[in-house]
Amino acid sequence: MIEVSHCDLSYNQAKSQVKVYDNFNLKIEQGESLVLIGPSGCGKSTLLYLLSGLMPPTGGEIQIWGEPVKGTRQKTAFILQEYGLFPWLNVEQNVSLGLRVRHMTKGKYQLLVEDMIQKMGLGEVKHNFPSQLSGGQRQRVALARALTLQPDLLLMDEPLSALDALTRERLQTLLLEIWQEQKLTTVLVTHSIEEAVFLGSRILVLLDGRPTQVVGEILNPLVGQRGYRQTEEFFQKTSYVRSLLERGGLDESAK
Amino acid sequence: MNLRSRIFRGKFWGYLGAALFLVVLWQYAAWSLKNPLLPTPKAAILATARLFEADLGRHFWVSTYRVVLSTLTALLVGLPLGLIMGFERSIDRFLAPLVYITYPIPKIVFLPLILLFLGLGDASKIFLITFIVFFQILVTTRDAVRRVQSETISSLRSLGGNRAQVYRYVLLPASLPDVLTSLRLSMGTAIAVLFFAESFATTEGLGYFIMDSWSRAAPDEMFAGIIMMALLGVGLFIVVDFFDNILCRWQHLKGN
Repeated sequence: MIEVSHCDLSYNQAKSQVKVYDNFNLKIEQGESLVLIGPSGCGKSTLLYLLSGLMPPTGGEIQIWGEPVKGTRQKTAFILQEYGLFPWLNVEQNVSLGLRVRHMTKGKYQLLVEDMIQKMGLGEVKHNFPSQLSGGQRQRVALARALTLQPDLLLMDEPLSALDALTRERLQTLLLEIWQEQKLTTVLVTHSIEEAVFLGSRILVLLDGRPTQVVGEILNPLVGQRGYRQTEEFFQKTSYVRSLLERGGLDESAK
Repeated sequence: MNLRSRIFRGKFWGYLGAALFLVVLWQYAAWSLKNPLLPTPKAAILATARLFEADLGRHFWVSTYRVVLSTLTALLVGLPLGLIMGFERSIDRFLAPLVYITYPIPKIVFLPLILLFLGLGDASKIFLITFIVFFQILVTTRDAVRRVQSETISSLRSLGGNRAQVYRYVLLPASLPDVLTSLRLSMGTAIAVLFFAESFATTEGLGYFIMDSWSRAAPDEMFAGIIMMALLGVGLFIVVDFFDNILCRWQHLKGN
């Protein structure tokens, strides 16, 4: 289990202290696909940075499988917004970078990387640089790079936000397949309601406000079923998430 | 590969065309001025060919290795220091004022002092050129590193990269295009400084050769030296371009 307990995060801005998180608690079960949804600037990405170990909380503790998080973990993969690809490396080099950073020799990683490139359908573009790829291909590269690390926790920050509708749906299905196949614990940040309900076995609705508040938690047990997108249940869930987000928006303007 | 060689061939014809254009312009100027101080291109090229075997080749070689050695030394010291100053704020805070105060001082004014300490040989010339090019590379590298987005560094960190790997996989490749651009610009300065440093109290180098021919009132020989100086500049420019094409290929691609 992943446990965020009594976490605080604040920074100083123009002599006043801004609290992003104040006594924040969260539990994530193994194999869960947790989706964080909320308006821009509500602190969803920050939560991923905390979980990844890139940003330490100013108070409280985060534990992953019982181990306190101190800096980055070998088994956590984090796909940053805009994919975090390196423009000076081609597809193959980008995918293998995580393994090279871990001092794996070329003989060892070559097969792994080649395998992942084929699996993600990137075989034809493996010598291309990111600037030569489409948005969907770039996202696949980021995903391939994360998965070659064989993570037990996958963090994704708005991975599909810059894609056209069709590519987006195709990649949503791919993410779902990966999650189901590997029973990978994932935490995904999005601002798309549809995406949240399609991918999340549990959805947390966050709202802006300093500190960040959780205004709703929706369990979504039917996630991953065939044709879920077309069902009544799917429609109801999206309407509910929307109502939570809208109500929060109203509260905000009433203040 | 085919495309690359085609681009290369295109570039080659471009260079050749430009060179021919300059020769024609020169020829025209020589004809219309009719001044013995400006020889025709033909006379200058003949002098170059005649003198190359004798001693012009040696002077060319001396100048080349002075510039190349200085530039490499400047790169070897300036690049790492620039990377460190760009990334490690605490070190930058300490060194930046020093750089800011010393950068705008024209280093060439120290030539008499440098000659005094390092003598009239190679060391003083190499030191002066290194000194000047070093600052340009240092400042460019530092600024390039500062422009690297924190997300890019986070991305490597999240893959498990340590501090040294951030330098190796992010900061160095990200700043390389700017470093090469500054190197290209520094080449012009380096050769100008070389000429100046070689033009007195020495008996070797193209600067000496040009000034010596001038004082002997041998304009065709002087122009032979100028041609070699120009070739040295163009040659170095092409070398930097070559490295740019190999190391920063990602910069020259067109996105689809």
